[in-house]
Amino acid sequence: MDFSFTEEQSMLRDTVASYLADHYSFEQRRDALKAEPGWRPNVWKAFAEELGILGAPFAEELGGLGGGSTENMVIMEELGKSLVVEPYLGTVVIGGGFLKHSGYAGASDLIGGIIGGETIIAFAYAEPQARYTWQDLKTTAKKDGGGYVINGHKAVVIGAPYATHLIVTARTGGGQRDAQGVSVFIVPKDAKGVTTRDYPTVDGFRASEVTFENVSVGADALIGADGAALPLVEKVIDEAIVATCAEACGVFRKLHEGTLEYTKQRKQFGQPISQFQVLQHRMVDMFINLEQSISMTYMADIKLSDSDVERAKGAAAAKVQIGKAAKFIGQNAIQLHGGMGMTDEMAIGHYFKRATMIESAFGSTDHHLGRYENLSLGKAA
Amino acid sequence: MNLDFSPEDAAFREEARTFIAQNYPQQLRDKQDRGEELSKEDYLSWHRILAKKGWATPSWPVEFGGTGWTPTQKYIWSEEQARADTLGILPFGVSMLAPVIYTFGTQEQKEKFLPGIRDGLVWWCQGYSEPGAGSDLASLKCKAERITGDDGKEYYIVNGQKTWTTLGQHADWGFFLVRTDPDAKPQSGISFLLIDMKTPGIEVRRITTLEGGHEVNDVFLDNVKVPVENRVFHENQGWTCAKALLAHERTGIAGVARSKRGLEKVREIAGTELSDAGGPLLADPFFKRKVAELEIDLTALEFTELRTLAGESSGKGPGPESSILKIKGTEIQQRLTELVLEAVGHYGAPYLRDLGHNTNIGPDYADGVAGGYFNMRKTSIYGGSNEIQRNIIAKMVLGL
Repeated sequence: MDFSFTEEQSMLRDTVASYLADHYSFEQRRDALKAEPGWRPNVWKAFAEELGILGAPFAEELGGLGGGSTENMVIMEELGKSLVVEPYLGTVVIGGGFLKHSGYAGASDLIGGIIGGETIIAFAYAEPQARYTWQDLKTTAKKDGGGYVINGHKAVVIGAPYATHLIVTARTGGGQRDAQGVSVFIVPKDAKGVTTRDYPTVDGFRASEVTFENVSVGADALIGADGAALPLVEKVIDEAIVATCAEACGVFRKLHEGTLEYTKQRKQFGQPISQFQVLQHRMVDMFINLEQSISMTYMADIKLSDSDVERAKGAAAAKVQIGKAAKFIGQNAIQLHGGMGMTDEMAIGHYFKRATMIESAFGSTDHHLGRYENLSLGKAA
Repeated sequence: MNLDFSPEDAAFREEARTFIAQNYPQQLRDKQDRGEELSKEDYLSWHRILAKKGWATPSWPVEFGGTGWTPTQKYIWSEEQARADTLGILPFGVSMLAPVIYTFGTQEQKEKFLPGIRDGLVWWCQGYSEPGAGSDLASLKCKAERITGDDGKEYYIVNGQKTWTTLGQHADWGFFLVRTDPDAKPQSGISFLLIDMKTPGIEVRRITTLEGGHEVNDVFLDNVKVPVENRVFHENQGWTCAKALLAHERTGIAGVARSKRGLEKVREIAGTELSDAGGPLLADPFFKRKVAELEIDLTALEFTELRTLAGESSGKGPGPESSILKIKGTEIQQRLTELVLEAVGHYGAPYLRDLGHNTNIGPDYADGVAGGYFNMRKTSIYGGSNEIQRNIIAKMVLGL
């Protein structure tokens, strides 16, 4: 049994951490988010060229570093610590995941583009009516000659304003909520008929409502099997969940550290408030929540290469832990900062906002608890 | 023991409901519905209408403008306001300062200040917290030195900084706790001053809160000259006023009627939103249970508040038990915002504050929901944090 990281993984972590320490201070981030385009292409370029991390989970023969989900985890935790908004998750974890697992013919070119920093992907999966049921799709892709015509509306597509490509789930057959009939397409964002309505999100990202109106794509836009891609979607979303859990661990570490630091220097009633037992116990419980979250993230990462059921159970369980911890650690970090925690000028509130949004990312705590129940206890209980 | 409303109470409810329906400003209603930021005039418009009717200050003694309503009538009135989703009357003047003035103030102070508060003509703000004095309010440092002016009159010269001053950007006047005796024990050297916010030397500076709003401010005081007759109660005994005020601040904080309305909104939204199973979210077993639990907790709070009200009407002032109302009331308000955020799913993420309204991004009811959740974290911090409230109960109620 071994929970340690390889030397390469540790170096990867240090490389990312040291770059972010120099280029991603709270103030640098704040200024970039306020201005257009709301993210920093030069940071992305540095990720590609200077750090080489955009190739972390890809095979060496494709130009990558030959890593996998654990490398994603290491990187995502560091990105979480600095509240990085640049689209590693959408592009490398999700986009890369679809390309790696689908046997897609154009994969190596696109992966080359990802590694080089030119190809940026956003995942258009959610729909207004669907909540967290990924196969609930009103978006359709109808066969048309050799290709398809896509119509539909995708909700809150994180990172779409920065993207060059969209990966879209659409129905090629079956009824609106059927498991059969789900297909996945990759579409250049500038394709005719794609319109985006862009906006910021409460945690500093940019997102879009994306509308597809008679968007014609060739047969080569199809990723995975026509009408049978739901297992692929579920696998990639589970990988995204584990990466997001890792990001959350980075966010939680900062919330916890920041709170310890603040309560040690904040004096009331003639002593640092960290001396009050009620607050000490609260910070201990925050710490326990953090440690349990790290454990569950490692567990889920290991289970990613297990059977579909074990992988899904692992991801669901980790997301439940992270969702609960996000609430407990986030809310108490603000509470223990008092009024200062409520201000926009302190970093702590921004970590809290990200933690809050992670709670519902790729399914809420209740969603994953229900999913776990079904996977573990059977649907017919 | 009974909860029956008398025929008179029922008639009063009808009167209150009709009055609101016929007099609530449509323009204000529209702005509220659209979630627009309200101007100073907006905030005061409903207050002024109520003042004309004589209903702006029901809890005051009748001689100063109270309505003389029974506790039941006051309860009905707060229910009807919440039911109609009216804008709350700002508490700073009406429920925080006025009780201090009519309890501790001089005849001149009562005559000078109470009518402006009652009629919604003067906007008051609170100068209590300081950067170094939050939960430990008595450690405040903002100092006031007494001098004799060139005109032969007595003044205080005030220097220091106050913070978390809610809506201070609109304030005409402020009530401030200042230190008049630096050598006394913390609680004994404090005085309670009323300060005209137009006095030279006052600067109000915006604090942006984490949802992006402008609700609180820093207030800097640099050699601010305040006539001695603007001190309420004795010099160095302002803490007595402050304590009385905080008890009033806590009873209002339970917000039962507003939370009931909030719960209705959760039901409305969850009746529209779809669950993972495709039906209404309100039929989802997990979600439904959380709504039920919250409703039960709210009932417990409501009956605790009713018991407190009944105690008050038999002559007991709001005691340390009001800390229970503050703790449970704020926890429920926060949980309501958690439930709404959960209900709207993906559309909790868009931040539309700077995009204007009617963006057609997600359902209208989702706009600002995350901001509401972030913002309501303040309630377990302000008015004496919930940790401090528990200390009060431990000490004053349990005798520990």
